Amino acid sequence: MTERSWHDMGGLPAGPVVPEEHDYALWERRVDALLTLATTKGKFTVDGLRRVLEDMGPEFFETHSYYERWIESVNRNLIESGLYSTAELAAKLEEVRARGETYGECSLTAPEAGSGPEAGDG
Amino acid sequence: MAERPPPQRMRVRAWGTKGLHARAPWYLRGKTGIVERRLGAYKNPEQLAYGLPAEPVPLYRIRFTMAEIWGDEAERPDDTIDAEIYEHWLEPIAEGDDHAP
Amino acid sequence: MPHDHHDHDHGHDHAPGALSPSGHPYRADQDGPLTRAQALEIAVRELMIEKGLVTADEIAAAIARMQARTPAMGAAVVARAWTDPDYKARLIADGRAAAQELGADIEAMHLLVVENDAQTHNVVVCTLCSCYPRFLLGPPPDWYKQRAYRSRVVIEPRRVLGEFGLDLAEDVTVRVHDSTADMRYLVLPARPEGTEGWSEEALAALVTRDCMIGVAVPRLPDPAPVAAAE
Repeated sequence: MTERSWHDMGGLPAGPVVPEEHDYALWERRVDALLTLATTKGKFTVDGLRRVLEDMGPEFFETHSYYERWIESVNRNLIESGLYSTAELAAKLEEVRARGETYGECSLTAPEAGSGPEAGDG
Repeated sequence: MAERPPPQRMRVRAWGTKGLHARAPWYLRGKTGIVERRLGAYKNPEQLAYGLPAEPVPLYRIRFTMAEIWGDEAERPDDTIDAEIYEHWLEPIAEGDDHAP
Repeated sequence: MPHDHHDHDHGHDHAPGALSPSGHPYRADQDGPLTRAQALEIAVRELMIEKGLVTADEIAAAIARMQARTPAMGAAVVARAWTDPDYKARLIADGRAAAQELGADIEAMHLLVVENDAQTHNVVVCTLCSCYPRFLLGPPPDWYKQRAYRSRVVIEPRRVLGEFGLDLAEDVTVRVHDSTADMRYLVLPARPEGTEGWSEEALAALVTRDCMIGVAVPRLPDPAPVAAAE
């Protein structure tokens, strides 16, 4: 048999489970919503999301947070779907960065009502 | 409820798929378990992942013993793992031929 | 200049190290230097809107819908199953339909309910990614998505459960469920002894998220300590 894929980790040695958690930031909740909406509207599937996450490799997995990985995968899947081009994305990123220094300054949309942290969001 | 037939034994194919999207975990490949239940047919994720039109594939829940998967290393031989495996990853095992290759 | 308002309640007014109402640290959000992921989120979101795929209102609604999903929904399902045998039978036969009876917003999810009893303990993992019944319980905890849990619980579940403070009796069989495909799993814990006659609400309060993943079991609160550590 050939070697296993890196993400297929059942049974591999690993350290203790660290029971850490955090509340999700607004941008993370937005990433979650973008994935839900893009898949609901048929642009791609969660299988496509996973395929790109897997293709990013183990180093990206270990050095980036969950939603950092997700937004990269959502973006790549949307480009593959033809929704926008690489050039359109690059121009948009340049425009976004020119707006300011922080997420608050660069995002034109006001935070969604009720999108603050709440108890029980694990 | 209808009387249950004896559980069907299935072996997970020991295929290699490195670098491709596949949903049969490595640690179960080549291992034999029993059909815990049939779940109906679901679109093949190994096609969906590439944006392709996907065929519905029968999906099974297969129950493996820890002894079957990990051999002497098993923490407790008769604890079990249940996993959902698509039909194209399974081969039926004839009576009396229940050893993994 | 239009930008996100600074009068909302999302994190940036909290002192470093402050904890949220649920007792967890906030992630850096609005006021730190823009990260690659944040810039990409803004760009992707705006392109999705400009291309007509979604509206800002749909995004807000999707966030609100996910925020409304918390372990309390699963706990309500468990408490009903403990108090109503017919409901429990329906829950085991068709988890989605039974959860929907109680108002769970899970039309897209296939839910399999696995029941603990005196001889059986169930625990759920996804070794290939991090599949989780998020439409019922909300987002998974961080540890569920990390390498240690995903790798180890299929080979040494008892040791992993021990690290969560759950030591199982010798005669209990562990059933690990690897969520590899289209099903999502909810562990139906055993009802603790000493809860006869309790209301569903009081019972639900015993059912934590971790009980429904299978890394904990419901426990009665410690008896009120007389003259506690004062």
